[in-house]
Amino acid sequence: MNFNATLIGQSVTFIFFVWFSMKFVWPPIMNALETRKKQIADGLAAGDRGKHELELAAKKAADTLRDAKAQAAEVIAQADKRSAQIIEEAKMAAKEEGERQLAAAQANIGQEMNRARESLREQVAALAVAGAEKILRREVNAQTHADLLGQLKAEL
Amino acid sequence: MASEYHSSGEYIKHHLQNLTYGQHPDGTWGIAHSAEEAVAMGFWAINVDSMLVSIALGVLFLFLFRLAAKKATVGVPTGLQNFVEWIVEFIDSSVRGSFSHRNALVAPLAMTVFVWVFLMNMMDLIPVDWLPYLASLAGVPYLKVVPTTDPNVTFGLSLSIFALVLYYSVKMKGAGGFFSELAFQPFPKWMFPLNLILEGVGLLAKPISLSLRLFGNMYAGEMIFILIALMFGGGWVLAAFGGVLQWAWAVFHILIITLQAFIFMTLTIVYLDMAHAEHH
Repeated sequence: MNFNATLIGQSVTFIFFVWFSMKFVWPPIMNALETRKKQIADGLAAGDRGKHELELAAKKAADTLRDAKAQAAEVIAQADKRSAQIIEEAKMAAKEEGERQLAAAQANIGQEMNRARESLREQVAALAVAGAEKILRREVNAQTHADLLGQLKAEL
Repeated sequence: MASEYHSSGEYIKHHLQNLTYGQHPDGTWGIAHSAEEAVAMGFWAINVDSMLVSIALGVLFLFLFRLAAKKATVGVPTGLQNFVEWIVEFIDSSVRGSFSHRNALVAPLAMTVFVWVFLMNMMDLIPVDWLPYLASLAGVPYLKVVPTTDPNVTFGLSLSIFALVLYYSVKMKGAGGFFSELAFQPFPKWMFPLNLILEGVGLLAKPISLSLRLFGNMYAGEMIFILIALMFGGGWVLAAFGGVLQWAWAVFHILIITLQAFIFMTLTIVYLDMAHAEHH
């Protein structure tokens, strides 16, 4: 083992290399590593957050769907009810109309009947009076017995 | 290649000889041609091969990492950035595991120690003769390609780290606090000379063990590669056997160079953590 100035030369070289490493090599690489580590952590956190948000959105979508279904069912029920009501109303109206027309027809028939009865009565009265006139031609004065004839007519 | 040398001893010596440049005792400047000549140059000589290879590897490391750092994006990393991030995260988790205080220096320091030491150790996997042979073609007589087999390199690292340990010990605990940590435990205060010796030895053992462990492992590993390489000069049967051995040792060495770099880094972190810790 022979020591000489190489010892000093090596120490100086070593110190220079360490200084260089410390100044120009270590910090940029460490910085890149730290930044990447942070980015990855952030990315994972964002992923978790996204997943959470997705779950919330899915839940919200399910809620909305359920609401919509309920609403649709309600609308359908209402429509059913309304259509039943309309049908009911139409039935009622038809029935009323039928009854009304029936009543009108009956009233018409009654009137006709009355009219026929009236004319029949007059004809019968006239016939009876004509018969009676024929029987009582000479003794019965039409003017004298007009009251009596009118009374008879009313009774018939 | 061993046949070019007169003896295996010479071959081994040649491989363990640093390219040392300095002043010879006779006043001329030049390259040491033996270990004795290198010693004779005294302290003010320099191992040119260790310096050049280690600086080249360090520059390669910092160039690649700086490239990745400049292009670092927060998005999906590709290629080089992926690789660099892998190492940075590994270092960061090691530092977080062993260092319980706040200090922006420690993690880049640990990364530099780990990657640089690993690259220097990795030179051990290149077959021992390749680079020295290329160098000899270029006219360079000696080349020791694994910087961590040069104690100057490992001590250069560990002493710098030791200086940091002393600096942070004093900074965090104050000079008095640091002294009391050394003098007033583990035994009662009145035995402080004994405490001081015990703790002082413990303190000094840190940089010495740190650098000697790395140096010893790499030196021994390189030595075995050299011994295996000697077999290539002993006929084709021995050469084939040597080839198998070299492959096996290289595979095993992948573990060793990584482990040694990791141990060096971990101990650096632990020593700095101890320097920051208040003793109770």
